Amino acid sequence: MSTIESKARIAAYLARFFPGHDLSEDEDIFSLGFVTSMFAMQLVTFVEHEFGVTIENEDLELNNFRSINAITGLVGQKLAR
Amino acid sequence: MKHDLSPDQADARAEFRATVDREIAPVADEHHRQERTPPELIRRLAERGYLGLPLPKDLGGGGRDMVTFGLLAGEVGRGCSSLRSLLTVHTMVAQAILRWGTRAQKEKWIPRFAAGSAIGALALSEPSVGSDAKSVKTQATPAGGDVVLNGHKKWITYGQIADVFLVFAQGEGGPSAFLVERDRPGVHTERILGLLGLRASMTASLQLEGCRIPGDNLVGRKGLGISHVAAVALDSGRYSVAWGCVGILEACLEACVAYTSQREQFGVLLKEHQLVRHMVTDMVTNLSAARLLCLAAGRLRDAKDPGALEASSIAKYFASTAAVRAANDAVQIHGANGCGSDYPVQRYLGDAKIMEIIEGSSQIQQLTIAEYGYQEYGSSRGRA
Repeated sequence: MSTIESKARIAAYLARFFPGHDLSEDEDIFSLGFVTSMFAMQLVTFVEHEFGVTIENEDLELNNFRSINAITGLVGQKLAR
Repeated sequence: MKHDLSPDQADARAEFRATVDREIAPVADEHHRQERTPPELIRRLAERGYLGLPLPKDLGGGGRDMVTFGLLAGEVGRGCSSLRSLLTVHTMVAQAILRWGTRAQKEKWIPRFAAGSAIGALALSEPSVGSDAKSVKTQATPAGGDVVLNGHKKWITYGQIADVFLVFAQGEGGPSAFLVERDRPGVHTERILGLLGLRASMTASLQLEGCRIPGDNLVGRKGLGISHVAAVALDSGRYSVAWGCVGILEACLEACVAYTSQREQFGVLLKEHQLVRHMVTDMVTNLSAARLLCLAAGRLRDAKDPGALEASSIAKYFASTAAVRAANDAVQIHGANGCGSDYPVQRYLGDAKIMEIIEGSSQIQQLTIAEYGYQEYGSSRGRA
């Protein structure tokens, strides 16, 4: 899967959390004031299911989930291993 | 009504059903009155592999799918909600370890959980902390490579007999999760009696007084105890509680069909009265709907679909509220007999009410489900 395709899938998924807001690729999603108690696990399960990877404890850095580009980077690293 | 179970799932359900009818349901009222679960009953569950049914085979578990685990929770819940709550909390702790625990934690605890040689319990709630779990007051203080815990936990299902607690405490970076063995110095439990329901669930409070544990007992990362570790445990709990409510609904329906088929008032059987049939109709309908929601949640879990989180919340919300209504109507149909201890329906009512409170109250589920609604239907994609 290409980076562009990964990025598109991630952007499409995150769009549901920010209706009416055009999320840019480097925009900090945590700074937008949106994080519900379920969001963390929704994001983890989405990444695992969508890309067939396993998120480990060491992956749970905020910087890995901070933006579309950050999540794309994490997925790229996981798929490359 | 058929639900497209696989042959293995259907066989498993038949076995669970027969076991519950033979060994669990007939003694549930007695255990309810005694406010305890005999250890031999737990041992028999363990011998049948029920305590480790959904746990991985390579760690000693049964390796069964989540639909089959749900069927087990449903059948056990039909017979005895207290015993079903053992399956729930034991599996919640196991799932948290499997998801975020270290390899050493998995290898140490999961085989014991699967064999029933260790029972796990969740120590999240406190005297002043319930739904607002991130505000737990129990403290985790670093001490060299160890951690020292101080605090008071409450409402710990099977806390009277648990061998290990998954404790949530404030520490560096926020609330974190720790495995705390019962035999550690500084661990004290006290029975909680006189509960509205789940009276055989051997619920306890837990005092941690200078309880020193190895730093390696941390589950998941520091500060992610609620957002990730408790989230996994509670998600698992919601799923099995939802199925347990299917069991309560079915138990109510069975009790009411039997009772109204033999008791006469005004010269006819109760079942001939249309207002009674109205209540039975609601039970039949809600039982079918709750079961379908649980099956949908189970299939999504087996597919590891992110939609499983939402589906489990919906199933838990619907099934628990429906179980309360069904148990309320079951007592109504039984009249004065429903208020006494000769019939099980008063037990069902107390048990059902607790289902609306544990693993996220109905109000918390409403907030969560509404949020899912805005996610799914708030975007142009959702309206398509």
